[in-house]
Amino acid sequence: MFSQQAIDKLETSLIADLMAFSPELLVCTGIVVMLLLRLLPRLRLHMCGISLFFSGSALLLTAIHFWDVKIPLGGSSVALDFLGIVNPKDPPFSGLLVVDHFTGYLRIVLLGFAVLITWLSMLTGIPDEEDSADFYTLLLGGTLGMMLMASANHLLMVFIAVEMASLPSYALAGFMKGRRQSSEASLKYVVYGGGASGVMLYGISLLAGRFGTGYLPDVATGIHAECLKGGPGIAGIGGMDAVVLLGIVFILVGLAFKLSAVPFHFWCPDVFEGAAAEVGAFLSVASKAAAMALTARLLLVLAGTADLGEASFLMTTKIKPEELTELMQKAIGPVVAFFAAITATFGNLAAYPQTNLKRLLAYSTIAHAGYMLMGLAVMNADGAKAVLFYLFAYIFMNLGAFAVVAFLRNKTGSEDLKDFRGLVYRSPLLVVLLGVFLLSLLGLPPLVGFAAKFQVFSVLFDAGQHHAHAGNSTLSYVYYGLLIIGGINTVISTVYYLKVLKVMVLERPLEELEGRPAVPLRLSIGAVIFSLLLGLSIFVGGILWNPIAEASDRGAQDFRRAAKSSLPTQPPVGMGAGGGGGARPGGPPPGGPRPGGGPPFRAAPSEARP
Amino acid sequence: MPETDMLLMTLVIFLPSVFALGLLLFPKGTEEWMRWFALLGSAATLVVSLFMLVDYYNLLNSDTSNPARISMHGDQATLDYRVAEAGKRDGQMTPPVFQDYVSRKPWIEKFNIEYFLGLDGISLPLIVLTTALSFLAIIASWRIERYTKGYLMLFLLLETGMVGTFLALDFFLFYIFWEVMLLPMYFLIGVWGGPRREYAAIKFFLYTLLGSVFILIALLGFYFTDIQDFVDHSVYRKQVEAAMDPRTATPEAAEGKVTVHTFDMIALKKVGAAAFRKLSGRVDDVEVNVPIWKNNQVTGGQTMKVKDLPPAKKKQVLDRLEQSFFKEPFQLTMFLLLFIGFAIKVPLFPFHTWLPDAHVEAPTPISMILAGVLLKMGGYGIIRIAYPICPWAAQYLAWWLALFGIINIVYGAFAAMAQTDFKRLVAYSSISHMGYVILGLAAWKVVDGNTVGSQYWGWGVNGAMFQMIAHGISSAGMFFLVGVIYDRAHHRNLDNFRGLMEPMPFYGGVSAIIFFAALGLPGLCGFVGEFMVVLATWNFDKTFAILAALTVVITAAYILWTLQRVYFGTNPAYKDYQDMTVREILCIAPLVVLAIALGVFPKYLLMSWMEPSVTGLVDSLASLAGKG
Repeated sequence: MFSQQAIDKLETSLIADLMAFSPELLVCTGIVVMLLLRLLPRLRLHMCGISLFFSGSALLLTAIHFWDVKIPLGGSSVALDFLGIVNPKDPPFSGLLVVDHFTGYLRIVLLGFAVLITWLSMLTGIPDEEDSADFYTLLLGGTLGMMLMASANHLLMVFIAVEMASLPSYALAGFMKGRRQSSEASLKYVVYGGGASGVMLYGISLLAGRFGTGYLPDVATGIHAECLKGGPGIAGIGGMDAVVLLGIVFILVGLAFKLSAVPFHFWCPDVFEGAAAEVGAFLSVASKAAAMALTARLLLVLAGTADLGEASFLMTTKIKPEELTELMQKAIGPVVAFFAAITATFGNLAAYPQTNLKRLLAYSTIAHAGYMLMGLAVMNADGAKAVLFYLFAYIFMNLGAFAVVAFLRNKTGSEDLKDFRGLVYRSPLLVVLLGVFLLSLLGLPPLVGFAAKFQVFSVLFDAGQHHAHAGNSTLSYVYYGLLIIGGINTVISTVYYLKVLKVMVLERPLEELEGRPAVPLRLSIGAVIFSLLLGLSIFVGGILWNPIAEASDRGAQDFRRAAKSSLPTQPPVGMGAGGGGGARPGGPPPGGPRPGGGPPFRAAPSEARP
Repeated sequence: MPETDMLLMTLVIFLPSVFALGLLLFPKGTEEWMRWFALLGSAATLVVSLFMLVDYYNLLNSDTSNPARISMHGDQATLDYRVAEAGKRDGQMTPPVFQDYVSRKPWIEKFNIEYFLGLDGISLPLIVLTTALSFLAIIASWRIERYTKGYLMLFLLLETGMVGTFLALDFFLFYIFWEVMLLPMYFLIGVWGGPRREYAAIKFFLYTLLGSVFILIALLGFYFTDIQDFVDHSVYRKQVEAAMDPRTATPEAAEGKVTVHTFDMIALKKVGAAAFRKLSGRVDDVEVNVPIWKNNQVTGGQTMKVKDLPPAKKKQVLDRLEQSFFKEPFQLTMFLLLFIGFAIKVPLFPFHTWLPDAHVEAPTPISMILAGVLLKMGGYGIIRIAYPICPWAAQYLAWWLALFGIINIVYGAFAAMAQTDFKRLVAYSSISHMGYVILGLAAWKVVDGNTVGSQYWGWGVNGAMFQMIAHGISSAGMFFLVGVIYDRAHHRNLDNFRGLMEPMPFYGGVSAIIFFAALGLPGLCGFVGEFMVVLATWNFDKTFAILAALTVVITAAYILWTLQRVYFGTNPAYKDYQDMTVREILCIAPLVVLAIALGVFPKYLLMSWMEPSVTGLVDSLASLAGKG
């Protein structure tokens, strides 16, 4: 009976679901158009315009959606709500995806980055006319996968999204076909990536098998039940059986690979060194952002901060949501904190001896993954908010740094620091801008990187104080300790960021030592505009960051339980409690029939669509 | 009527930056014009700061009959008073006064960060010192030939950071300006410095950044304290309006829902005072602001002591007074974080090693700024932030602070004596002299919960302030004089000079005055501050006072010995040295005049308008412990 109901629901909601998916659909259209145009033999067209158009319009659509922009039309304003109201309680595609404000924010970040990177590739000419279709198809394809990563709400979708994001990245890493290093980077990336996805898939199958569903809130509910059995704190982990524990660990390994978190970072420097700087930027910003988003969603759902759709578990047990969150924070927070600390510290220490600029930036990327993980380690909406802000800041500063490296490569054919001695006397503007980007990465006010770091640190302090008050002294030491490690890391990172500037500004140019006048580097006007724009954004973002903070707050609001007035006692029709797992703390028999009236369309698709 | 005070304060901060941007328009080859343009910029800034000085001076003496002006005698000269008045006017919707030199604009509302500027007798002398020294340092920079444009731009940006630090009353804003100084200084030392410039520059940067991280952590610690009981009701009302539906807003509903977090240093000072009272066991005396509700709206507020509160409210307030801010470990940690962060800049003994390197390698004008202004940032931060916000920890640790002050004084003096590099000697003498600043600040004697001799401590803090100004003048002068001789001899080895007085009599005479001013000869500026500090220390701890006084002998020894080695005797090698040029005389003359004038008229020139604010601050802190 209810399956008929579910099918009806599927049919009626299809249009709404597709509307909510429209930014992704636009990107898909872009890919298809490019591939079709490519088939026309006579048409020799650089595809950057097409990529720009589709990613730009998708960006516009998402922005309208995110801010509920109303368009004034003849006196009355029309709300553009045809995209579907952002409602995490009624996720599209039977709960496979979720389109909440978090997704919206990430879509803006990813599409905005796609626009910027397309612009950059036009300036540096990395795909020539012939290759442009391939390049932009891969670029948009990767972006599409990453957008899915940001909205995945089901373990199956998690895997598909990660793969969709990874495969184009492998190809992009090897895009410079003539270079040995590039192919080597690509191969390394594929091998590591393949291994990581295999492990992740295994973890997914363990969890989905154990709980009989891949729907994230239900899986989380199941894990909560196991954790409660184990007892408070870290002991909660002991409550999980080996299957669940392994499942979680394996999924986190896959994500850690995407995040290039220590100890799964080995691919990162090699791939960055081998790939073109533009691709490096794509991998280090977009890929990082998507992986961070996915990790954030998993951790927050696990922490029970998100509304689990009236998860039955909370209904049937006496435990308050706050206590549950605290329990999960105690169990998982220190683990994330530990990896955040070693990732940041390792990245910063390893960046120190690097002489290749891209390699140096690769280690800096690892360090920044560590800083962002610090924000996630507190496992609450504030942490997510700080990380969202960080991602926004990160687009500009890291893209800027990679862009300067790309411009320098085009002009001098080198990416090695020693060739840039005294560069400031040859191209003052470029060095000043690189300085702005690097110092923003370092976190020096009044640049946007400082605002970002400030928020991460403040979240850590807040969490430390909060837990000290609540009597969880261990957890409060963990967060205070993390704050101190973050501070020390900032000081360590100074050395290598300043080393770059030292070589470029403080040292005399090679020509001067040889008695020749230094040859000025001439940049194209487009490159000047592009990098000036990024530099200015960093200044403006660092001084007037209130709007960005508002936006990131909005992005994280769906993880804020307090924002909801109260949990409705009656689940809305058709939305009933999905979680079979949590209802019985013992855990359901894998794959067994699902009692309790939960509509199956939220369960594993294999069940819903026989 | 325009907000003249906001305008002037903003102008004095950002005018140098505007001129720095203007320098971009100059094409290559017009270096001479660039110098004049930068000089014009710093001159304009100096003029604005002098105008503020005159205006402030008039405020102090004005009669109360003029409604646009407020009298600032005694307690009223403190920032607390003027900020509270401005808050009251804001709360009563009466038009604000635009000449009280406190001014705030919301900046980052999400974090309640404000563009909050203000000046009083503590910051104003340092601002004028900064603008004046910057002007003179640009004159001293005329000989910089390499990449003049970059040099001047960085210099002007540095000036913006320095002035901004002194004017900011929002801790976050303060931190930003504090950090803005870092980078220009790095490049100014690193590009235009001496042979070991890269080492010195990175050392300076790392030390200061480490200090900044300490300050940042303290900043977060203050921010995450709910201080709703200590803010003006207008601030509280805004929070209520932001957090609640106006129809359902009641005092009961607001409880627990409304929290106030701020970076406002003046508000945090009140919280620090409450912490002091609570930790010294007088929680009943803690003063809180209680909002008055009428028709579900906050309409006013009143200041009450905790013991007078109605029971229900009292319980809530007492609960909030259990936050970690009001506990011993927090106060001690935060004070130490701030103190170390600022002490690195002062610099205090174990953290001082960056200073000799930075001074020796920096070009002459930058050394002047470093010694004249940047070291004062540390002292200012301690007076403005560390002491008012963590007064309990300050008096708790007073003896240790004084000990470190003494170590600085003695160690710096002996180390200076051992130097053979002229610039290094001056650098170590700076360390020694800045020790007096710490010693004067630390002389807060609390016995059995009562302040003993608060007027002596007042002398100590006044002396510390005076010492900062005097040292700013004398050390900048000394570095300039070392630079003058370095330009001619191209070395700084004390043992290789002799007989400079003969070819350069004017230079010798000027040097004698400046060096004697540094030594602390009565009648010159260095004497007043040291004397007051030693007097205050006598009340605090007699051993320290004797040590501090005895060190003057060592100071005299190394300074006289230096004069002897450099200026006396004859030396045929330097026979044909030219005496100081007009430009050099122009640069040093104001410093000489000030060194003498401040020594002869300390009261009229400085104390009369600095003292009310300093004493007001000291009284407000000392009275926390109860006067004995």
